[in-house]
Amino acid sequence: MIESMISAFAEITSGTHLLYLFGGVIMGLVVGIFPGLGGIVGLSLLLPFLYGMDPTSALAMLIGLVAIIPTSDTFTSVLMGIPGSSASQATVLDGFPLAKKGEAARALGAAFSASLYGGVIGAIVLTFFIVIARPVILLFTSAELFMLTILGLSMVGVLAGNCLSKGLLACGLGLMFGALGGAPATGEFRMSFDNAYLGDGLPLVVVGLAMFAVPEIIDLLRSGGSISKSAKLGSGWTQGFKDMWAYRWLCTRCAGIGCIIGALPGLGGSVVDWIAYGHVKQTAKDSSQFGKGDIRGVLAPESANNAKEGGGLIPTLLFAIPGSGSMAVFLGGMELIGLEPGPSMVDGKLNLTYVIIWSLALANVIGAGCCLLISRNVAQLTTIKYVYLAPFMVMVICFAAFQATRDLGDLMVLFAVGLVGIMFKRFGWPRPAFLIGFVLADNSETYLYQAVQFYDWGFLLRPGVIIIFVLTVISIWFGARNAPTGETDLADENKPKPTNMKPQAYFAAFVVFLFAWGLIDGVQHSFLGAVYPVGICLVMLPIAGRLFYVTAKNKTEHAANFDYEIEGDHAGKEGVPGLVYYLTWLAGFIATVMLVGFWIAITGFFLTFLRVHSDASWTRILTMTTCGVGFITSLSWIMVLNFPGGLLQYYFKLPWPLS
Amino acid sequence: MIRTSILTLAAAGFVATTFGAPSPVVAQKVDFAGKRIEWIIPYGTGGGSNRWARFYVPWLQKALPGNPIVAVKNMPGASSTKGTNYFARRGTKDGLSILGTSGSTQFPFLLGDRRVKYDYADWEVILATPVGGVVYINKSLGVKSASDMKKLQKAKLKFGSQGPTSLDLVPLLAFDILGLNVKPVFGMKGRGPSRLAFERGEVRIDYQTTPAFLKRVTPLVKKGIAIPIMTWGTLNENGKLVRDPTFPNLPHVGEVYKMMHGKAPKGPAWTAWKAFMAAGFPAQKMIFVKKGTPKNIVAAWRAAAAKAIAMPGFEAAKNKKLGKYEQATGKKAQALYKVATNVPPAAKKWVLNWLKTRYNKVP
Repeated sequence: MIESMISAFAEITSGTHLLYLFGGVIMGLVVGIFPGLGGIVGLSLLLPFLYGMDPTSALAMLIGLVAIIPTSDTFTSVLMGIPGSSASQATVLDGFPLAKKGEAARALGAAFSASLYGGVIGAIVLTFFIVIARPVILLFTSAELFMLTILGLSMVGVLAGNCLSKGLLACGLGLMFGALGGAPATGEFRMSFDNAYLGDGLPLVVVGLAMFAVPEIIDLLRSGGSISKSAKLGSGWTQGFKDMWAYRWLCTRCAGIGCIIGALPGLGGSVVDWIAYGHVKQTAKDSSQFGKGDIRGVLAPESANNAKEGGGLIPTLLFAIPGSGSMAVFLGGMELIGLEPGPSMVDGKLNLTYVIIWSLALANVIGAGCCLLISRNVAQLTTIKYVYLAPFMVMVICFAAFQATRDLGDLMVLFAVGLVGIMFKRFGWPRPAFLIGFVLADNSETYLYQAVQFYDWGFLLRPGVIIIFVLTVISIWFGARNAPTGETDLADENKPKPTNMKPQAYFAAFVVFLFAWGLIDGVQHSFLGAVYPVGICLVMLPIAGRLFYVTAKNKTEHAANFDYEIEGDHAGKEGVPGLVYYLTWLAGFIATVMLVGFWIAITGFFLTFLRVHSDASWTRILTMTTCGVGFITSLSWIMVLNFPGGLLQYYFKLPWPLS
Repeated sequence: MIRTSILTLAAAGFVATTFGAPSPVVAQKVDFAGKRIEWIIPYGTGGGSNRWARFYVPWLQKALPGNPIVAVKNMPGASSTKGTNYFARRGTKDGLSILGTSGSTQFPFLLGDRRVKYDYADWEVILATPVGGVVYINKSLGVKSASDMKKLQKAKLKFGSQGPTSLDLVPLLAFDILGLNVKPVFGMKGRGPSRLAFERGEVRIDYQTTPAFLKRVTPLVKKGIAIPIMTWGTLNENGKLVRDPTFPNLPHVGEVYKMMHGKAPKGPAWTAWKAFMAAGFPAQKMIFVKKGTPKNIVAAWRAAAAKAIAMPGFEAAKNKKLGKYEQATGKKAQALYKVATNVPPAAKKWVLNWLKTRYNKVP
């Protein structure tokens, strides 16, 4: 082991290795800063370079690329409230409110130093763990993995806010949305109207964008001004670094959590940030500021999601089972170079494994360092008047959503789920609880079914399952102890409570309808295909029914009572357009895409939106349109991406980029 | 006067280039220099089809006239029908867009899956890659080789599967025919997770395609955890089932049946199995251009495929990555394509009925 360490150390400190690693980092930074692209596009960019390169240099470049992606996607999460990838959804919760408070630079500083720290801690854990990892990982069978999904779901308690029934319903909706599409046990298509797109289920990236980015864009447009309310940047990244150091034990714990969950094949990395966020919230003494801009809410997911990449190396290297999208890319790259993952990675090629692990840590340091350096400049974006930024944002989220499956359906789901997201925001429903349900839906159902098939119900008595069950109980106990009491998380004490709960009642009725529909759809399937969604709907229907009763009876003193339209910042201000106004713009844009394709639609959207909403001259509008559309066009050209086409493209063959 | 004739000439030229493509262009040699060829792979980046395509890209680039860039475009979804439907609708007839299919693209087509909006008859095959499959079991079952397979009949076995209408139809039906007591556990996200379930001891029988077996299962065999017992075999020129050339020491399913039951397998189940095995494995992966592509371009593609597999170094690289199967081009590819995409109606009917009664599944 020591010998391997020494030779690995010599390898990674060599000049060429560092050079290629740096090259990979820069490339990853350029790709990763743009939401939705990430690993797969990065790989296709890298492929022509990898071919014909010597394996170690190619490997260095590949690692640089993979390591930086969960770091660079933080920019949009913090600055614009757009989760750049599924790994940084939780960062949005507190990172974006910090940016709005004018502390964007601090939030970025904290996020990047936490990324750096988490990446290094992850590498240290891995250095020792990898040697014994193989038998340990094989202990985690479908039964233990199922119990882990339950541990994840138990986080809903802390992510629910003060009204538990809203939290449970949000999680239930997440589970139901996640159950849409092919059933794991039978392959039957649930709730998908015989539609091939829905048959594959809703893509996580699109749902994340819809739940967080769409409501924020509309909210920001309505409240006017810039993202940063003070149009200032705050004390800068040194403060963020100090924050990280002050909470270094928290970051260490979250890095450990990230590393371990990332190392378990089959659970996937997308849940790591939520578990880390839930963890910090349930262990914090004062959790009242979470969701409003608590720096710990940035530190926890960011330190976890970088350590996760390290953990993700374990199943990839030892079993050739990639745990996340970026690891699938990494695996593909390894095979391309001619490296075969498998047990030999610890038996004969341990030095190579150490090269990989430490390069990942080193790439994290370089990458986070680069991000820190540019963070102050990028943070300036938050001081720009939002009206100018909005068309860019719409373009970015639609393009990012479209990268999920390259189907027009991605945009329609973005809009439809976006509507749900807007309602969630308006009525104070916890979006994190929804996301955690959504992320864990498929895994919890699959592993439950498989565990019962493999071990019968006796699986509940397996030692590993019991240990995780005890951990779950402890987690719930911690959460209950720290549950906020009294006011809703989001509510401002100085604002009056809504007196008319009719809109809330309509939404509750809509939720009742959704669960009823899930139930009706469910019972039409065979037992194995139906039992999971029907179970969820049966549990959720009475809760939803009760909430409807409370809201319809206008019981204003009930904890559920919240309406952002009455309690929000913009409430009572003059000249604030209604929710529907900007929603119509978005709907109009997506409808135009369906008719004439993305490229023409976005050009038109830029021109009309800026003309109507800003007082810019035509020259300025044209310049901005050219910049925006030109940027996305060249990006697509380099990366061999198509734009979503509409009816026009269906009937006529047009030259690129119109096609 | 001069102006009009120039205009007429220009118009004639325009008409010729736009509508009259065959006559002047056919004579020309095909040259893809500076072009970008879009290769649609209806699977994600993690799977075998992607690996296969990426393996072929550099060889095709070298072999095609003008050395164009071949860009793989992964379009996964709806059991590969999404990307394939896209090609059927949007693929161009100029040799610049090609499709790579796999057994899991063939099966939904053969079984009449509702999501299929493509027809193999609309395409011209350029190349076909055969693949085999190897069944292996856990050593704890006490079976050392196929010759004591009879012992296995008593064991209750579980098998990790993606679903009965996927390529797993071949192993599931084979187990039924052999009379093994195998219960499939569905919901596996690919063959990789099934292998992991084998390593965990959750399943004790599994199969992998040749490349995955060579790379991922061989270490387990060396450690003594996994014991390979049989292959699917492959079809010779006369359509007879013979041993897999990559694993000459392993018996094929037909031989194993004889060892277990004392007579050669026959009957509608066996005929159906052979038909679907032939559809899924001997021509598992194929490259297509659309029918209606100018003849010279199709010919150029076929010549390039033949040239690619004859290049120095190809054989060794292929044996390592894809197994020792002869890559088929030209007439051979066309013969394999016929077998793979034309399952006899009786076999189809039998399988559909089997899926319905055994798994309550209508594709």
